[in-house]
Order: sequence, then structure tokens, then C-alpha cells
Amino acid sequence: MKTWQRKDLLGIQDLSADEINFLLDSALAFKQVGERTVKKVPSLRGKTVINLFIEPSTRTRTSFELAAKRLSADVINITASASSLVKGETLKDTALNLQALNADIIVIRHSAAGAPHFLGKFLKASVVNAGDGAHEHPTQALLDAFTIREKKGRIAGLKVTILGDILYSRVARSNVWLLTKLGAEVTLAGPSTLVPRVFEELGCRVTHNIDEALRDADVINLLRIQHERQRKTMFPSTGEYTAMFGLNKERFSRMKPDSFIMHPGPINRGVEIDSDLADGNRSVILEQVTNGLAVRMAVLFLCSGGQFSES
Amino acid sequence: MKALHIKGGRVIDPGNGIDAVRDVYLADGKVVASLPADAEVIDATGKVVTPGLIDIHVHLREPGRSDKETIETGTRCAARGGFTTVVCMPNTTPAADNTGTIAFIKQRAAEAACVNVYPTGAITKDLKGEELAPIGSLKRAGVVAITDDGHCVQNNELMRRAVEYARMFELPVMDHCQDYNVVADGVVHEGHWSAALGLRGWPALGEDLIVARNVLIAETTDWWVHCQHLSSARSVQLLREAKQRGVKITGEACPHHFVLTDECVKTYDTNFKMNPPLRSERDRAAIVEGLADGTIEIICSDHAPHCNYEKEVEFDVAPFGILGLETELALSLELVRKNVLTLPALIEKFTTNPAKLVRLNKGTLGVGADADVTIIDLDCEWTYDVTASASKSRNSPFHGRQLRGKAVRTIVGGVTKFE
Repeated sequence: MKTWQRKDLLGIQDLSADEINFLLDSALAFKQVGERTVKKVPSLRGKTVINLFIEPSTRTRTSFELAAKRLSADVINITASASSLVKGETLKDTALNLQALNADIIVIRHSAAGAPHFLGKFLKASVVNAGDGAHEHPTQALLDAFTIREKKGRIAGLKVTILGDILYSRVARSNVWLLTKLGAEVTLAGPSTLVPRVFEELGCRVTHNIDEALRDADVINLLRIQHERQRKTMFPSTGEYTAMFGLNKERFSRMKPDSFIMHPGPINRGVEIDSDLADGNRSVILEQVTNGLAVRMAVLFLCSGGQFSES
Repeated sequence: MKALHIKGGRVIDPGNGIDAVRDVYLADGKVVASLPADAEVIDATGKVVTPGLIDIHVHLREPGRSDKETIETGTRCAARGGFTTVVCMPNTTPAADNTGTIAFIKQRAAEAACVNVYPTGAITKDLKGEELAPIGSLKRAGVVAITDDGHCVQNNELMRRAVEYARMFELPVMDHCQDYNVVADGVVHEGHWSAALGLRGWPALGEDLIVARNVLIAETTDWWVHCQHLSSARSVQLLREAKQRGVKITGEACPHHFVLTDECVKTYDTNFKMNPPLRSERDRAAIVEGLADGTIEIICSDHAPHCNYEKEVEFDVAPFGILGLETELALSLELVRKNVLTLPALIEKFTTNPAKLVRLNKGTLGVGADADVTIIDLDCEWTYDVTASASKSRNSPFHGRQLRGKAVRTIVGGVTKFE
């Protein structure tokens, strides 16, 4: 088995298909750890992981925190409101201070695209991207792929539709890179203002027709409308969004019977997804959350230089 | 001041239709017709001798941000780049919207500048786009144009009145063309790379709309509006069509917009962040075409120094702008080697054309003109090292770039300021 050579996980775009598969295979081993009575391994004992979250997040931060703890690392969480950034310190200075405390891994969530790449240029510590603006959310794409592989046994040849606010979505971008690298056919769907044609240049299909988007899909990945990032001119109302693009029972009934629903959360019941569908047996939303932990354990382990032969 | 005899160079003086090997004589701060007594000989054999180059778009940051640049350091960059005259933008602190600030700039220039400095004044008070600045008084204080550069007057009525009013003082109105609603918080060209990088788009439409607006205002008022740092294909086309029907509209382009494209931002290097942003290859080619057919008659740098610590931040929060004066000529000479422009046509965009727009007795080597001369070695190959820049700042995307062609002597008012 090939080993992982990177100290940082900045995005999916730079990864090869082999690296992605290696990460996914590694996550499989860590998933089993979470199912044991004692859910902890000593892999990162003595290492320090800092969750530097310059943008609000609950699930991703919790997942990274738990992943680090299950690997026996020491974890510290820093959020924007608690940090010096509000006092005018630059991100560079904040990061250098954390490095001076001998942090081994800095997990960063930031509202600015490219912030992890910026840190990666000067930090000796590992940098893991936990979401940068509308750019990438690599661990989300990995956990999505892990879930698809678990359900379908493969990724290549599958038709995956991502529906919703693509323009402002880092989840969409990371998924596009990952799924196309592994041979899936990706369709992006949603209102024309939030799913511009230019996304076809990233190697996927773009449609504004909801029925066309759902018809042949093996997997439907729903995205939330990100009001906090959007310009106000993008579409009329959430009511109209639900009417035009919401996944309701009628639309879902016309999908392939073995297709399933994914959502990176947080879900807005009754907006992009019918509440019953979210809880139904063809929804894997909570399994994604479970898998996210395994994927993040693998990422922290590999970026800190861990080798499977040792553990 | 010693008289100068610039000997044996290829003299390119577009204003007088000259492209020939001949001698140039300077005495008492003017170009003179015959060899003065006791002239110092400058051997220009194998070199090109041009009227001193003019850059009508620079930010010298003084007053207010002398940590980024001063009139002294900014004009040293100019001299190194072959420029004998710069026109500085009014977005200083305080803004150059009052006669006191203009007087300060002129005084600092008299004390510390090594090239000619001509200030612009603001169109509106504090560049806010709300009320007219005292344009007539600014003219008396010595501004050569008005502009809210860095900002754009959004109110079409106010812009129309500004142009109408400036016409009375024969002041050209320069405009940074940006529709705020369309551009909003955009940081890079809206297109492939904004989609791939998740950076907010600054669509070409945001420039095109204001260029179209300016065409209509220039036509309505029958007065000169100059569109600054054009970056998009459609704005070139709008300008081309307007000029064909005789509208008093002009445009300028910066080297970064005809040398680089938005692909450069893919590493999130903030030295590729400027306003307007680097655009697509199609836009870049259109700027080149606009330069070639004369639609864009002026080349300028938009020299915009920023401190390292300001640029060493997340892409979204970094200030827009890059250094330009020291690399401008060499980057522009690439257009000559690629047969986009003849050398005289390029020199025109650095001399007669800008001089005509801002009404200076410069940009020519005709007898009686100011003794501003640039001597250029077209074949000099060099690598730009921004760490050795004369600027106080280091924000250049061209650091380490291999360049060809360089000013080897810059003469201002008959005195050598750089060699």
C-alpha cells in the first residue's frame, strides 16, 4: 500500500485518485475504532491539535475535536470571538503563535477562500482545511465519498447530483473534484443564479431542470441555501426555492429505487428537503456524520506522519 | 546646470514624427536647436532616446500613508523606470479634495521628488461620491485632472454634473469604472477561476456598465472623460465604437492587464490582487488589440504600494494593488517584440498621448519643450528584484521575472535623475 506523503490537507483538487483512495481505505480502519467499547487509540499521543475556527461551526469542529481525542491527541479549540483576531492581530501572527506553542496540527475553518493555503506556505505544523470560504471542504467530500462507497461499493460510473447553492458551496467544489477524479459523473443543479454555467469547466454537468437532475441519479446530495454568504439578489425567497428545487416526496418518487439522499448538514427541514425524507430509510445523513469522524481520524493521523505499519 | 549633448541615439519623438539617429541638445531646462557651449556629451549610440515618459496613474501615498510610499520614494521608482513625469491620484489621507492638500503635495514634490509630479484632485468630497469637491479651486491649486480613483461615482446625475462643471475649467475627468452593485464584494474576475477557487467574482459587467455610462455622459456634455485601467473586452469595444463617432472619451491600460490573466491567482498570492482584477485570456487579448488599434491610447502603471504586512493576509482581506513603475516599460516593450505595436506607437502612449490628455507641455523633444528625456536600452536583459526596489513597498507580482529593455538614463528638466 502506498503511503501518504503530505503534511497538509488543503483541498481535494491537488490530490491524486490514489491518495484519495488511500485516505478512504485508512478511514475504514478508524471506523472500526469508533464501534468498540473503548473508542480510543494511542496513535497521536503527545501530539497537539489546535482547532482554529475563524467561522462558526458546530458539527465539523465537534467531529475534528472528537477525532483528535480518539487518537489521544491534546486538543484546543479556538474560535474567532475568543481569539486575538478581534484585537487586530493578523491570521499569520495568530498561526505563528500557535506554532510557537509547538502545535503539531492546525485545523482551520475560515470564511476566506485560500486561508489554509496561506498558512501552509509558512507553517511547519500540519494544516488541515476544515472549510475555507466557498473554496473547499476536503474532509466533507471524503466522508461523502466514504459513505457512497459504503453504500454502493464503488464510485466510478455512478451518477451523483449535487442540488442547491453551488456558487457559495465549498462542499460542492470538493465533491466535484473528488467524484470526478474517482470516475463518477457529477451533475450540479439549482437556480441559474446559484449554479452558473461556468461550473461545467470544472468537469461536471450543469442543469437548472430539477427533473433532469434527479432522473438518473444514483446519489442526490442536497445543499443548504447559505443565506449568510449570499448576495440578496440571487433568488426570490426560500418558498420559491422549495417550490422549484426542494426535494419533496413527489420528486423523490421518480428517482431510481436504489438511489439515496445525502446532506452535509445543517439541514433546513421543509426548505431543501422534505422532513420525512430526511428521516427516511433512503437518507444517509446521520451515517455521513459517523463516517466523518472516521475520515477525520484518518486525516489527522496521516498528516501528522502516521504510518499504518507502526500502529 | 550643465548643458547636455545626447549623441548618436535613435531618437523617437512621436509628436514630431521623428524616428531617426540624431543628436539632442538640452540647455537651461529646455530642448534647444543647436549644440550649446560646454555641453556634457552623453553617448547614446545603440540606444533609443525618447521624450521623458509620462505615467498618469500612480499612487504616491503621501500625505497619510508614508509607510507605504512617499513622494520621494515613489518618484525614485519613476526615475528608475524611465518616467520623468507622474500624475498622482487623490486617494490620500486626507483625500486631495481641497486646495491645502494639493499645496502640500506640490510642496513635498518641490522638496523631495526627483521627477515632475502633477496632482489630480477629487471629483467628490472625501471621494464619497455624494457632493462635488471644489473643482474650480482645485484647478487653481494646480490639479491636471479630477478623479475619485479607487472609488467610482455611482450617482449618474452627480457624474454628469461633475463632467459638465469640469469642462468649464478644461479639466479632464478620469474615472475608475466600477459599478458597486454589480461588483459588490468581488475580489477576482468572475469566471473559471473564481468558480474553481471559491473567490467572490468581480464581473467584467461591473466595468462595462460604467464605461458605457461614461461614453454617454461624455457625449451628452461634449467633454473629456478618461476611463482608467481598462480590463475587460467589452469596455474596449464600447470605447472603440464611441471614438468612431467622435465622443470625447479616452482610455488607459496597465501592463498587468495585458501581460497576466486571472489564472495567476490560483495560488491565492495577494500580489495578483488588484482592482480591477486580472481577467480572462479573452479580455487580455482584447486589451492588447485595443492598444494595437489605438482605442487605448495611454499606458500607465496604477503603481499602488502596500506594506508587506497588509498583503500577507487572507486573499479576501488583502488590499487591491501592486507596484508598477519599475517594470512598466519593460513589460510594455514585449508588445513591440510581439509586433503588436511599433516602437514609436508604444512611445506615443507614454508621451504625447498622456501629455495631450492632461495638457502638459511635455512628451515631445521639439525645440522649447521641457528637457525631459529618457534613454532606453532595448536589448538590456535583466531580472526584476523587488527587494532592491526604490519603493517602500514590495508588492510586485513581477518579482523574479526576466525582462528585456530598460531605461538607462532618466533626465528631468535637463538633470540626470537616474542612470
